[in-house]
Amino acid sequence: MPTYVLNINDRTVSVDAAADTPLLWVLRDELELKGTKYGCGKSQCGACTILMNGNAVRSCSLPVTAATKVKITTIEGLSPDGKHPLQQAWMELDVPQCGYCQAGQIMSAAALLARKPNPSDADIDAAMSGNICRCGTYNRVRLAIKRAAEKKGGKS
Amino acid sequence: MNTNEQAISRRSFIKASGLTGVALTLGFSFPSKAGDSPDILNAADAGSVELNAWISIDSAGKVTLTNHRAEMGQGSFQSVPQMIAEELEVDLNQVSIQFAPGNPGKYGSQITGGSSTIRGSYERMLRLGATAREMLIEAAAKKWEVPANQCYAENGKVFHRPSGRSMGYGELVTEAAKLPVPSAVKLKDPRDYKIIRKPLPRQDNPAKINGQAIFGLDKRVPGMLFAVVERNPRFMGKVKSFNSDEVLKLPGVKYVMKVERDVFGNLLEGVAVIGDSTWSALQGRKALKVEWDDNGFEHLSTQQLYDRMRTDLKSRKFISARTQGNFDSLFDKAEKKVEALYETPYESHSNMEPLNCIADVKDDSCEIWGPIQAPDWIQGATAGFLKLPPEKVTVHMTFLGGGLGRKAFTDYPYEAVALSKAIKAPVQVVWTREDDMTMGPFRPGMVYQCRGAVSRGNRIAALEIIAAGQNMNTQEPGADKSAYNLDVVDGLLKPYFDSIPHYRFGDAPLEAPIPVMWWRSVYASTNGFAFESFFDEMAVAAGKDPLDFRSQHLGEARYQALIAKLREVSHWDGRKKNEGYGVSITECFSSIVGEVCKVSRNAAGKVRIDKVWAVMDCGWYVNPDIIRAQVEGSIIMALGAATKHATTFLDGKAVEHNFDTYKMGRIGEAPDIEVHIMDNQERAGGVGEPGLPPFTAALTNAIFDLTGKRIRVLPFSLDEV
Repeated sequence: MPTYVLNINDRTVSVDAAADTPLLWVLRDELELKGTKYGCGKSQCGACTILMNGNAVRSCSLPVTAATKVKITTIEGLSPDGKHPLQQAWMELDVPQCGYCQAGQIMSAAALLARKPNPSDADIDAAMSGNICRCGTYNRVRLAIKRAAEKKGGKS
Repeated sequence: MNTNEQAISRRSFIKASGLTGVALTLGFSFPSKAGDSPDILNAADAGSVELNAWISIDSAGKVTLTNHRAEMGQGSFQSVPQMIAEELEVDLNQVSIQFAPGNPGKYGSQITGGSSTIRGSYERMLRLGATAREMLIEAAAKKWEVPANQCYAENGKVFHRPSGRSMGYGELVTEAAKLPVPSAVKLKDPRDYKIIRKPLPRQDNPAKINGQAIFGLDKRVPGMLFAVVERNPRFMGKVKSFNSDEVLKLPGVKYVMKVERDVFGNLLEGVAVIGDSTWSALQGRKALKVEWDDNGFEHLSTQQLYDRMRTDLKSRKFISARTQGNFDSLFDKAEKKVEALYETPYESHSNMEPLNCIADVKDDSCEIWGPIQAPDWIQGATAGFLKLPPEKVTVHMTFLGGGLGRKAFTDYPYEAVALSKAIKAPVQVVWTREDDMTMGPFRPGMVYQCRGAVSRGNRIAALEIIAAGQNMNTQEPGADKSAYNLDVVDGLLKPYFDSIPHYRFGDAPLEAPIPVMWWRSVYASTNGFAFESFFDEMAVAAGKDPLDFRSQHLGEARYQALIAKLREVSHWDGRKKNEGYGVSITECFSSIVGEVCKVSRNAAGKVRIDKVWAVMDCGWYVNPDIIRAQVEGSIIMALGAATKHATTFLDGKAVEHNFDTYKMGRIGEAPDIEVHIMDNQERAGGVGEPGLPPFTAALTNAIFDLTGKRIRVLPFSLDEV
């Protein structure tokens, strides 16, 4: 099996994997980074969302070959202490219910705030529409994104 | 709440020792009392069961509380400890919470369904916390040589009021463990609650925002392999042959073998590919070719299923479940009659975490890990399957990425156990999204035939509702199919049974080789749509305001209070032109929920939901924010089933395979929701499910109010109204 060198959460790691292995399964089965979730396997639900060079990407559909020479951030690397403004806002508004989709929700929101520090409702709808929450936490997700934007004071 | 005389057995007091310094564990025996929650889900609580450990306090004062129920988003991880901590007088933030393993002997019923966690156990949990508190107070009083009634407990310490002295629980546990267990303890007045009724943040959420929470799919066991299973898409068919030789050549693939799973007593078949990683197993499965034997049963399509249900209703082939008076003669003579047919689709649970389970079968024991709603049932089923005593089967609950009823069933652990037994190694069976969505068991599709007569006084004079559809309760081979199904009245507000003089509820069971089962709020999830749509149609026939019409049939104070609240918060009486308002009220798992939906047309002329108001009366309750969250989520789930997704069948197979065809509501479609909670002295009712049944009719009644168009078939598209 070929070896791939990846930059994940500011650390360089090398993994042996079949070339067609999606990054999702490399993260989960090889690197023990299990905060990134499997939900649909075809970019329909967003549970596997990670950041690739700051953009929200569905890792279930990203072959490991495409994940080299880029900067990958997973939920485990979003902040060193779990205190990213989004994570704080998520706590304050008690957003999660079952919690399974929430890492993906937070990663999509992180990409949004980096791009649009003060997102409108339409911005949130557009950026978050790829993330399904079966528990129906959507209204709290929206509020938490706005709360996090306030915390960041309009800075990306 | 009064002093409770329920005996707490002395044997429940265990003095333990060890390196952790745990000095005290306290448990209690469940009462032999079936009256709390008369549904099947709590039946296992009815007998007196063994003793157990719920609270442990070590000599450093560290408190660990046990949650015996599954955490699938509904909040038991918070609510169970919140109840115990209140009476124990400890700060919930200083407490560790652990899941109990499956053990009905110790914990009573653990099946997390029927919204039963709090309503089925709250009095016991409060009593348990209070008993431990009183013993710790007694221990302190003895040490200080003062009367116990001069002492009180607060924040993990016992205080002596006159002197101001205090001691932490950790210093008292050894002494407390030696004391006799008081036969009666006084529970706190709800007005004195410090923790209960407060919107405390959930204790599971820190781990759910940083990727640390362990769901079933995240669990790893040393040496474990990964399995995926190609299951017969027509459910009941058999495996004829498969190409194991080719598949075994692929990298990482270790085994290819036939596997069965028990679905309501039927052994359904598939072929498992077991590899050293999820991906290798998935790749192996891609190369797998299975030939099925699908003889001996019908391969039905949605069209045929619904044609049969309609035909059964038309030919009046049904079983009466509950009747009063003489519907037929009243209806025949009535001047104002209403008749309608309502149809609801089959649905998949489609939890965000697809099914999965790890089993590690050894010669004389078995260990199971997974997202499991019913650890006690799985322990029992596995013990039976492996012919082991139950205590040799350990079932660990992880966090559940949703449950919705699907993870209460035992088929997916069965499969994992069967595979682990065959390969003599721990194995995680991973269901793909497609497996999870197409294999069922599904919420059954239903057709409701409703007939009603309106009296001269513009009340309901007679009502008949016959529900056609597969009966969830009679799928086992040999089940008595002639029995009536009382679940067909689930969702109906109880006072209607008194205020409607002549009624008949019945069911027309459909036979089909499709596994069906509970889906959040079970029968009420579809009954509620039929009942509350039809009441709306009768209100129109009676020429009455829909809320007034309901109010005149619901005279009891509890229902009147809820209606008044709903009227107030929704500004029902201040409705404007070009706004559609719809109301719907249902009763489910001992809670009453009323919802009002407001709709209008947007600039493009499409119907949009402006707002939903919900009033939840769940009686005694624990955490108002969790209640709000559950009602918000229930409404959004109901909206999806009403307007977005359905499972259909073609040639005996489920058609919708993934979220591209089974479409979920997205963030932009979530309406504004405002939830109110009634405060009263009623017993605790359910929280996780009762918010779902009323929503759909509130929406479609609002659409009727706005457009004059009555929606009777689900799902429908909001864009096409």
